[in-house]
Amino acid sequence: MRPARIGADFRVVVRSYVRNPVALFFSLIFPIILIGLFGLIFSSIGSGSTPLYVLNEDGNSPLSVQFLAELNSTSVVSVNVVSSATVSPGNFAAWLGQNDYVAGLIVPDGFAANYTAHRPVNVTVYTNPEDSASEGAVLGAVTGVENAFNLRAACSTNATCAPVLGFTSLRVGSQVYSYIDYLIPGLIGFSILTSPMFSLVDITSSYRKEGIFRQLSLTPLTRGEWLTSRVLWYIALTFVAAAIMIATGVEVFGAHVTLTLGLVPFLIVGPFFFVSLGMLAGSVARTPESAALIGNIITFPMMFLSGTFFQVSQFPPYLQSFAHLLPLYYVIDGMNQVMLFANYTRALTDLVLVLAGSIVIFLLAIRLFKWRDE
Amino acid sequence: MASAIEVRGLTKRYAAVTAVAGIDFSVAPGTVFAFLGPNGAGKTTTTEILEGLRRATSGEVRVLGLDPWADGTALHRRIGVIPQDFRFFEKITPKEAVEYYAALFGTHPDPPDLLRRVELPDKAGARFDTLSGGQKQKLGLALSLVNDPEICFLDEPTTGLDPHARRAIWEVIRGLKREGRTVFLTTHYLEEAELLADRVAIIHHGRIIASGTPTEIIQAHGRPERLRVRAAPALADYLRQHLREPVTATDGFVDVELADSHDALRVLSAVQASGIPWDDFSTLRDHLEDVFVRLVGPMDDGALREGGSA
Repeated sequence: MRPARIGADFRVVVRSYVRNPVALFFSLIFPIILIGLFGLIFSSIGSGSTPLYVLNEDGNSPLSVQFLAELNSTSVVSVNVVSSATVSPGNFAAWLGQNDYVAGLIVPDGFAANYTAHRPVNVTVYTNPEDSASEGAVLGAVTGVENAFNLRAACSTNATCAPVLGFTSLRVGSQVYSYIDYLIPGLIGFSILTSPMFSLVDITSSYRKEGIFRQLSLTPLTRGEWLTSRVLWYIALTFVAAAIMIATGVEVFGAHVTLTLGLVPFLIVGPFFFVSLGMLAGSVARTPESAALIGNIITFPMMFLSGTFFQVSQFPPYLQSFAHLLPLYYVIDGMNQVMLFANYTRALTDLVLVLAGSIVIFLLAIRLFKWRDE
Repeated sequence: MASAIEVRGLTKRYAAVTAVAGIDFSVAPGTVFAFLGPNGAGKTTTTEILEGLRRATSGEVRVLGLDPWADGTALHRRIGVIPQDFRFFEKITPKEAVEYYAALFGTHPDPPDLLRRVELPDKAGARFDTLSGGQKQKLGLALSLVNDPEICFLDEPTTGLDPHARRAIWEVIRGLKREGRTVFLTTHYLEEAELLADRVAIIHHGRIIASGTPTEIIQAHGRPERLRVRAAPALADYLRQHLREPVTATDGFVDVELADSHDALRVLSAVQASGIPWDDFSTLRDHLEDVFVRLVGPMDDGALREGGSA
């Protein structure tokens, strides 16, 4: 690796790029259009049923299960039971906050026994008062189902109909974020994915077809240097695109994001990963057409399912599991952690995963990529 | 002095196809060597093996004493290659391209001077995608000279160019030879080879079927010189009775093969003595092109003639 050669190649990349209005549009202007579009569409629309995460401390007693089933049948909330192995009651509120969940419920130990014995018992409801729509929906649903249970339990045995079930209302452990707050890390991720992927897949296959790689193979430039200068360019481009998107989000839509140095590693490792992946995809394809197809197969699921436009935590569980297989998920999740939740431990895990993947893909791309034929 | 290029028993097979079937040749330093052959003859494969872009199946290849495949990196610093149909980054100008190559090779050519040598100075600032075919080819030539190469490989450098641009490239090739560089030229244009090359090899079906100086090849494979007059076939009958030389009559012309140019006068006297009307006399001599057609047949794509393209 010679810095002088990387520098010379980098200048060619920059010139090729800034003289190509289409490439500039897709890298810098298109994400702003997306921010505007999605910001306008989604900031005014409420969601359907609110996901309610439930920790059932009563050992799945028939009565507690019935209680949850009736809650679910209101259609106002959708009940998701969380295993006690995942989280303890003590840090349930914090856990909800970390996962961007707006509503949670703890069914206490002895729920069924107390209810049967007509001793008062409280479930604990966690909501986020700043998200008033979901808070109202959840509290309303819980009140309604408890009333039905109280009527059935009390009035069948005593004439006073004294209520047995009540609830304690608590807040989830974080402030609520609006859609636009998530959209900024999501769209920075979108840009990190799409700019290098579409471009690298295309040039890797078309330069080979046109004989430009053959031409470069006759110079001292190495494949590693060639790829490095592109990685550097897309890192630079990502910084510019991120700055523009953050500025637009904050100024135009009043987004709340934390600008921290913790963002920087993701703006470096993200392009590193996807430039290498784009080159790898372009290398294994035999024609520019098949390269475009391979590129699209890789890119499209990530464009929508990694938390770009929609939060992964609001996906159905099977789709969440799928999202966790996508590299971009970890880039966007990491940026969410540093820009929104200040959760650096989790961000570091994300970063390590992406970095390790990047190194593997980079080496694989250089290895499989051929300047010359046998 | 050792050969600039030395090839012994070179063979290249792709699966079931043998592209190059055991060829031998050598190129002396400072000479222009033309490598001719119809499409699919093994020309480009051989050239790419010499450039280190393709691996030989068997045989020995030495370029400047190096094995092109194993020592490609070292070799590429000492050779210049201009491929057929040169392509480059679309938005980059010739001046920037020269600076780019200079930085890659770590050399310090003067870009305006280099572009002047290939007659491209007025396009130094134009983007590659706005250049004509000939201008692109000239840029390829300029880039192949950035590292001051000892051998220049030119793969059909004038294909598709207008006559003026072709002559400009020929001048550059003559200049390369004057500077003591070795030139390895593949071309479709036999006239080009005859004008520029010190030695020529003709490859056909993966084998070299003729090699030597253009004159040697014409002498070995061409027909003798002929005297031609326009006359009725009756003249041919008359001449066959009165001359030893072979006589043919075709398309209103009568041709007499001459063993020696000095026999022309005697043949012409016999023509005059026949009393049969005639006019328009000339002598015909085979060119490399005629020999080529006799050896390999007309080229498939018609590129043999001036103005054809690959």
